[in-house]
Amino acid sequence: MTRSIIELETTQEDHRVARIAAAAIALALVDSAIPLPLPGIKPGLANIVTMFVLARYGWSTAAWVTGLRVVASGILLGHFLSPAFFLSVAGAVASLAVLAFAVRLPDRVFGPVTWSLFAAFAHIAGQVLLVRLWLIPGNGVFYLVPFFAAAALIFGTINGVITARLLGDTGSVREFGAQNA
Amino acid sequence: MASVFSTEAPAPDPTRSASAPFSALSLFRPGDWFVFLAACAFCLVSFPLAWRGGVAEKLVVRQGGRVFAELDLSRASRIDIPGPIGTTTVAVEDGRARVVSDPGIHQYCVRQGWLERAGEIAICAPNEVSLEIAGSDKVYDSLNY
Repeated sequence: MTRSIIELETTQEDHRVARIAAAAIALALVDSAIPLPLPGIKPGLANIVTMFVLARYGWSTAAWVTGLRVVASGILLGHFLSPAFFLSVAGAVASLAVLAFAVRLPDRVFGPVTWSLFAAFAHIAGQVLLVRLWLIPGNGVFYLVPFFAAAALIFGTINGVITARLLGDTGSVREFGAQNA
Repeated sequence: MASVFSTEAPAPDPTRSASAPFSALSLFRPGDWFVFLAACAFCLVSFPLAWRGGVAEKLVVRQGGRVFAELDLSRASRIDIPGPIGTTTVAVEDGRARVVSDPGIHQYCVRQGWLERAGEIAICAPNEVSLEIAGSDKVYDSLNY
């Protein structure tokens, strides 16, 4: 029997995506470990990574990182292909779509806090829509919208500030780059 | 606005060193305040919008052509409706409704099972009782349309 070695050609970009996705997955796990009163509400710390990557490397890298994070954290948390997984996909798709627009806003006026708020609200909007259309076809879910909106406001602002801090902080960016090299 | 709360300039400086004191408000750009306030406004507005009565779907129970009761579908309940040939029992559970028992011979309305969507109807003709789910978005009534 001959041993065959399959070698995948990987680019610098692949390595970068994998490394950052690993960070995002770790944050997604931390996210799910934080207890919060309402199901469906979580800090969304992993979105900090998405926005950081969006600002540094562009939208397609951010989309890759987010996609990998959603799938891998779904497998790790045991909800892969369950309704919770599809909720996570819906939120990620909605916030990525909105981020593609938000990142094009004038740089001087709108910063990471704006992106983060947009992404957080898009995230809950995507999830609520999916719940309404597929999981619980009734208007009952809209009762919870105020709570989701308040959570999006609070966590969106906090995550935006953290992202702005990370991006403005040249020291940590260099560190990040050094790890990549 | 940010300068009221912090000693730093509101516009973030990309070359700021790692040792600069952390001030969350200084990381807001002018437009961020606008978006933040809009988000706050949305949150405040969402409470009355989501919680006004119209959102809840309800079950309209008629007896002899008159509205006998209107039941909130989000609350489990059970009522007895007296009619010409006996008592019809209707139950609401998990956002849906059904006829539990009816004195009619054919039991059509009982066998119809759960009514879940807006516009769905069950009629217990012998006892002159009808149920209809009234939703915020009413679908076409194919019987009359």
